[in-house]
Amino acid sequence: MSSAAEHATAPVPVLRIEPTSGWVKLGLREVWEYRELLYFLTWRDIKVRYKQSVLGAAWAIIQPFMAMVVFTIFFGRMANLGPADVPYPIWNYAAMVPWTFFAFGLTQSSNSLVSSSNLLKKIYFPRLVVPLASTLSGLIDFFIAFLVLIPMMVWYDIIPTANVIWLPLLLVLTLVTSLGMGLWLSALNVQFRDIKYTVPFMIQIWLFITPIVYDASNITNKAWLTLYSLNPMAGVVEGFRWALLGLDTQPGPMILLSSLASIVIFVGGLFYFRRMEKTFADVV
Amino acid sequence: MSDLAIRVEGLGKEFHIGALQTDRYRTFGDALVEAITTPVRRARLLLSGRATGAAELDQSLWALRDIEFEVKPGEVVGVIGRNGAGKSTLLKILSRITEPTTGFAEIHGRVGSLLEVGTGFHPELTGRENVFLNGAILGMSRAEIRAKFDEIVAFSEIEKFIDTPVKHYSTGMGLRLAFAVAAHLDPEILIVDEVLAVGDASFQRKCLGKMGEVAHQGRTVLMVSHNMSAITQLCERTLLLDGGELVMDGPSSEIVSSYLSADGAVASRWSRADHPDESDEKRDLVMDSVEIRAADASATDVVAFEDSFTVEIRYTVRQSMSGIAVLFGVIDQKGDVVWSSWDTDSTDWSEKLRTPGSYLSRCTVPPHLLRPGRYYLNVAAHVPGVRMLDTRKQAVGFDVSTVGYGFTHKRPGVVTPQLEWDVSRNGG
Repeated sequence: MSSAAEHATAPVPVLRIEPTSGWVKLGLREVWEYRELLYFLTWRDIKVRYKQSVLGAAWAIIQPFMAMVVFTIFFGRMANLGPADVPYPIWNYAAMVPWTFFAFGLTQSSNSLVSSSNLLKKIYFPRLVVPLASTLSGLIDFFIAFLVLIPMMVWYDIIPTANVIWLPLLLVLTLVTSLGMGLWLSALNVQFRDIKYTVPFMIQIWLFITPIVYDASNITNKAWLTLYSLNPMAGVVEGFRWALLGLDTQPGPMILLSSLASIVIFVGGLFYFRRMEKTFADVV
Repeated sequence: MSDLAIRVEGLGKEFHIGALQTDRYRTFGDALVEAITTPVRRARLLLSGRATGAAELDQSLWALRDIEFEVKPGEVVGVIGRNGAGKSTLLKILSRITEPTTGFAEIHGRVGSLLEVGTGFHPELTGRENVFLNGAILGMSRAEIRAKFDEIVAFSEIEKFIDTPVKHYSTGMGLRLAFAVAAHLDPEILIVDEVLAVGDASFQRKCLGKMGEVAHQGRTVLMVSHNMSAITQLCERTLLLDGGELVMDGPSSEIVSSYLSADGAVASRWSRADHPDESDEKRDLVMDSVEIRAADASATDVVAFEDSFTVEIRYTVRQSMSGIAVLFGVIDQKGDVVWSSWDTDSTDWSEKLRTPGSYLSRCTVPPHLLRPGRYYLNVAAHVPGVRMLDTRKQAVGFDVSTVGYGFTHKRPGVVTPQLEWDVSRNGG
């Protein structure tokens, strides 16, 4: 808080409130100014999530791990869809870690505006903070789930390659994809409550168009593979495996295409969100 | 420094109620059906010559229209008006929660708005955690909250429970903590909505005291309230909104009294027949009429200070019920309740069954009691602590004339009863 003396000398900030129309500026600087609120909302989401659960943060491991066990049994052993050169469990888990983060972030952020309707109607702040906080709150779970990879790699005797330095970038790609979709869906959810029912269904389908339970090398048709790579999560998942497990697949082109798709979704989401933002408080 | 804190020009806000009327939010299905039926409907209306354009299809409502005013730094301005007059919309626009449709507003200085106490409070978090969260939501920085934390906790008087989850708090404790955070917000311009309407009487007094303090610190304040006495006490100037328009702007005492006299009939008789309302048909008990009668039983709207008068409340009971109390409250010009009185206070009707039929509850108010001036009656029927059956706010109004008033006008007091005194000289 600045002192009275400072106020006297500093020029008085003038805020002009007037109707806007059409596409508006992204206002990212303002989001930065509200970073403390972002911090507190993220912190609240994390805190509240585990406050009354007995297992607490263990859930961050249980979810992807149990899914991996089930997938190993059905897709790895019975259907034999896994890769030839890597054990299925770690191959699948390395994909489940970013996938769980993505799916969680998407679910949380698409519901975020509706569930904070009370805030939207009573106080001003850049609305982008809400889906952003929801997505970021999944990071803790990501890191916890990630830690399990270390004993698993020791167990399977896998030595990570120098490519792990790309992991942070791949994580950012996951975050951007998750948030990008979250921006679209949260803004749409304010208008159309159908979104709430669509999201779980969408995530299920998405899981199967991403090479998580089966090996992408099963897709041999070049045109199909290009189309397939437009799924941002395909690049992320392949990238994680490449960086961690030292597979000699070269996911470069795939990641490039995926990143492009992800950026389109994200930037489009940002603009759409900002455009719809002024109606949120009236409609939500 | 600018000599202006808030400038509002041509401000208007339009709501499209066509889409919002039935459901608060739409589904894809609705949007689809609308997209298909709207052009068809429009074409049909145009062909039959009944429509001139899109106006009939998309009904809109102007919640605010052409609002213009200026507030100087340090001014404390009240905003009053009936429900739906546009008060909250105005504050929401000035707080940037919603956008205006026309015009603009300029705010010179750091603005903080308080449209609710405890926004963002989470029941699972402890008091301490909520103070930080709520503070951040209201726009305080972490360092600022940390610096004021002890003060906030002391003001809330819940030191012992600060590390208990808020869900275990009583409503009063939660409110005290929430207000404590809000009270320590110190922007140059403060926008407040009905914050004082919460909590018990002593808490309200405390909030009012704090607001008074804020008002005297040279802060610019714009506050909405239904509490006329708070408005007259705290604000030197008041804006009156009606139907989305700014109808009056001036010294609080003038605006408040003209608002109160314009609001609802000043007539001394109210009858349901004059105000037909479908919702009344479903009531188990419904008010039929309220009347003021002078000592000679004639209907009147002026009673002399030296005369008694009678309040007559007629109502119809449709469902047999026991435990009903019919009551009225006397409201003064400031909006304060001078007293309220129940028909079960001095009868045995609280135990008795009221079977369906018409009833009259009558109360005689003794003379030499109400200070000359204008008063209103709120009437209601309820089963105490169980449910409200019917209530009519400011149903009737009347003036107490100075006839027989022997005191000076300067004598303080809400009521000026003429009491029995006995004076004696002690000792030789």
